[in-house]
Amino acid sequence: MNTMPMVALVGNPNAGKSALFNALTGARQKVGNYPGVTVERKSGRLALPDGRPLELVDLPGTYSLDPVSPDEAVTRDVILGTQAGERLPSALVIVVDATNLDNHLRFALQLIALGLPTVLALNMIDMAERDGLRIDVARLAAELGIPVIPTVAVRRKGIDDLVMALAAAVGSVVAVRPGTAPEMDLVALQRQARTISIAATIEEHGVRRASHMIDRVALHPIAGPIILASLMFVMFQAVFAWSEAPVGWIEQLVVALQNLISANMPDNFLRGLIVEGAIGGVGAVVVFLPQILILFLFILILEASGYMVRAAFLMDRLMARVGLSGRAFIPLLSSFACAIPGIMATRTIDDPRDRLTTILIAPLMTCSARLPVYAVIIAAFIPDRTVGGIFGLQGLVLFGLYMGGIVGALGAALLLRSTVMRGASHGFLMEMPKYQMPILRDVILGLWQRALIFLKRAGTIIMASTVILWLLLTFPQPPAGSHEPPIDYSIAGRIANAIEPAVRPIGFNRDIALALIPAMAAREVAVSALGTVYSIQGGDENQQQHSLVDRLRGQWPLPTALAFLVWFVFAPQCISTIAVVRRETNGWKWPAFMMGYLFALAYLAAGATFWLATALGL
Amino acid sequence: MHLDLLPLRRKARISKIDWDQLEDHEARRLRELGFDEGVSVELLHYGPMGKDPLACRVGRMTIALRRKHAAVIRVIPDEKQ
Repeated sequence: MNTMPMVALVGNPNAGKSALFNALTGARQKVGNYPGVTVERKSGRLALPDGRPLELVDLPGTYSLDPVSPDEAVTRDVILGTQAGERLPSALVIVVDATNLDNHLRFALQLIALGLPTVLALNMIDMAERDGLRIDVARLAAELGIPVIPTVAVRRKGIDDLVMALAAAVGSVVAVRPGTAPEMDLVALQRQARTISIAATIEEHGVRRASHMIDRVALHPIAGPIILASLMFVMFQAVFAWSEAPVGWIEQLVVALQNLISANMPDNFLRGLIVEGAIGGVGAVVVFLPQILILFLFILILEASGYMVRAAFLMDRLMARVGLSGRAFIPLLSSFACAIPGIMATRTIDDPRDRLTTILIAPLMTCSARLPVYAVIIAAFIPDRTVGGIFGLQGLVLFGLYMGGIVGALGAALLLRSTVMRGASHGFLMEMPKYQMPILRDVILGLWQRALIFLKRAGTIIMASTVILWLLLTFPQPPAGSHEPPIDYSIAGRIANAIEPAVRPIGFNRDIALALIPAMAAREVAVSALGTVYSIQGGDENQQQHSLVDRLRGQWPLPTALAFLVWFVFAPQCISTIAVVRRETNGWKWPAFMMGYLFALAYLAAGATFWLATALGL
Repeated sequence: MHLDLLPLRRKARISKIDWDQLEDHEARRLRELGFDEGVSVELLHYGPMGKDPLACRVGRMTIALRRKHAAVIRVIPDEKQ
């Protein structure tokens, strides 16, 4: 049991809580989960001026202690000291947006009433000044009865003062478990908040001009959707274009490492396992780190700038047509990076049916793990030429695959909403935060956390699957003097032979059947699996020097390659996704349902693609 | 007049919200986002399709909401414009 004092950072959404958390803890952060629920527990360490260490916990943003979503329930339970696996906070840091004082003070008043030692961070004070708001900090502190520290989290202003105030608060009084949330009248609280806000405001004129000006363009009925579509398009083109050079460097590094080991080890079983199984397999996946990071870069910037909610606004009507709301757009867009954070982001959707539908269709958004599969197959089978003068054909095919996933998801949502998830929708009601310049440091921190998660996967589940696959492909060895390809004797070859008849109608061959098995563990493994299959089949040493793309080229007819791509648009998600869905829905019913419907969809769509392409003579 | 019919960028004040036409959680969220009798509001934008949802300023916040929710909020447009 951790005995270090814990301080909870709490406040309304869009108060700048996460930026403040980053400024207070730097890179010393840990992302975990609360037991039993899948709400992320973000914590970091902080040393007080007198040397006492503190654990700071960043709680999900919420408007009140009356939870609507599971995220908000965790915030309430932690503050009240009733959350399993969490100790009672020794103090609270309430974060309020200085430009939104009357609204944010209502929740602050509710928190202050709990009687825990509390400090208020009056954040974004610079924006308030720019908006023509001047706030009397001393008066505000006197009205609230707690220390008030003006801060600008993104510029690290006021952080030292906040830590000093925290040092005075922690341990000043023994925190007493509040037990239950005091019954408070929301209306009375709001009016009290407004009175205090007016009393503490010295001067007020003008309202957020900059954000309103941007919105006139970004939410314009014609310009808005065009901007959104262009942003998406640029994002997906950039994923390909910007990653070319770094992908080349990683490829060279992998080959250099393989050569180094090959030159220094006797040619035996272990060398094969290390060079082909481990390094070859993991290398084939790590090569896609640049593309994944570029995708996350866009998503993090869109989120930090405040544009994501505008995107939700623009998409709401379209989402309403399939029975969802604009709110579902944000988890779905995150699912382009990875379905797991996407599915976890559905916790902000308060309508249970909306939420479940969003979870079920999230895997149809093409996650970054599928990108390696697309990238290799497109590079091997789609000619690298331009269409219409400016667009790369390869980029267009990629765009088409992403669109295929989106259309599939919308169709699935419509079907689910009118069958198993029937019922009225809760609607769309959310705050649009003001635009902000994303902070480089926070974006880099976010990318770093994503890169670590990806590399951890590459080092564990992907490494294990590729090594096991290599063993299955290598043993048993063919008898001496055999002229058949060695793979026909291996265990994996026999399993694939058994599956092959089932996938032959959709144009897949034995090698593809072989790659589909480990792809269940993690989709990007399909690439390294193909790499392993073709390097073992090739047998001779020279093949080692060729990239997987060169080796694949010409191996399959084009309809097969296209069917393979389409299969991955719909293919049942990886084991980690299934595990997350099970946790989020508390049982096996929905993950099983999801696997079933996605399998059927993938099979039908791949088959249709294969036969259509064959009929067209491609 | 109801909020959904207010002309764009015409400042108004909320005179009455028909809370009983909303479900509990909807009413609570509206309150949490700052909707209350006496608060100043202004419609800022319509969604690109079918003029739905709406973006409106409430106090100092900008809120996105659907037409059906705006239709329970009664407003009185300000005299001087």
